[in-house]
Amino acid sequence: MFEFANPQRFMDASGKVLPWLALAAAGFLAAGLYLGLFVVPPDYQQGDTVRIMFVHVPAAWIAMMAYGSMALSSAVGLVYRHPLADVAAKSAAPLGALFTALALITGSLWGRPMWGAYWVWDARLTSFLVLFFLYLGYIALWNAIEDEVRAGRAAAVLALVGAVDVVIVKFSVDWWNTLHQGESIFRAGGPLIAPVFLWPLFLMAAGYTLLFLLLWIVRIRTEIVSRRCHTLLARASRS
Amino acid sequence: MTGSMTHFFAMGGYAAFVWPAYGVSLGGIALAVALTLGDYARAKRRLDKLERGGEA
Repeated sequence: MFEFANPQRFMDASGKVLPWLALAAAGFLAAGLYLGLFVVPPDYQQGDTVRIMFVHVPAAWIAMMAYGSMALSSAVGLVYRHPLADVAAKSAAPLGALFTALALITGSLWGRPMWGAYWVWDARLTSFLVLFFLYLGYIALWNAIEDEVRAGRAAAVLALVGAVDVVIVKFSVDWWNTLHQGESIFRAGGPLIAPVFLWPLFLMAAGYTLLFLLLWIVRIRTEIVSRRCHTLLARASRS
Repeated sequence: MTGSMTHFFAMGGYAAFVWPAYGVSLGGIALAVALTLGDYARAKRRLDKLERGGEA
């Protein structure tokens, strides 16, 4: 049972953290929604569509952060063969796919009134769509291979190769002349956005981050519990 | 009050874009929370049953 030593420790520690994570996530999201919908004035150019940014930008950040978490876990899984690493990578993928979809949908709902089009094939949007398909391909690969160790290894390689796309997403607005605006927050010389808009954005981003961590941890716990079920069943069928 | 409510929901004429964006985000997140917690509860029940020695 030594392989469950670490997962057991993970179960104990995460069980204690989860209620606090949930409370903090709810607090940040409530504050962000309140500021974003009720307090912040309409932007002088974008009007009230600026409020879409408060759900679009955090979703896009989490979409990339989830991929980063997945790629990092995959690398650890490949190098150290740590059983929890494969589980962590696998558990992040559906959440990443969700936040990628949310960023794409909310982005196109902003693009229609502001650009006049729901979709354009510029480098940022296209590389972000590729990110969505990478998540789907990763999930499909896990489901296609029955042996969990082999599936984890193949999926990890895909995750690492696909990580190039996250870099392309990040720098697409610098490398190409995109319709999507350039980096306006984490840039040299400070943000280009007025502080009144930054507050709800950061509160929502904090809420989304905590929510992602919360769901990721619960999904890892689910995977650990199901694998323990498989072990018990396998042992029962042997005896 | 009614006037300010109407004004709020109108979103400066962009209601058709702002509210779906918030609706999809909230709906998607709520669905993820429900599925994630549901999956965990199901797996946990199965494990408890197995550990008690029953077939799951």
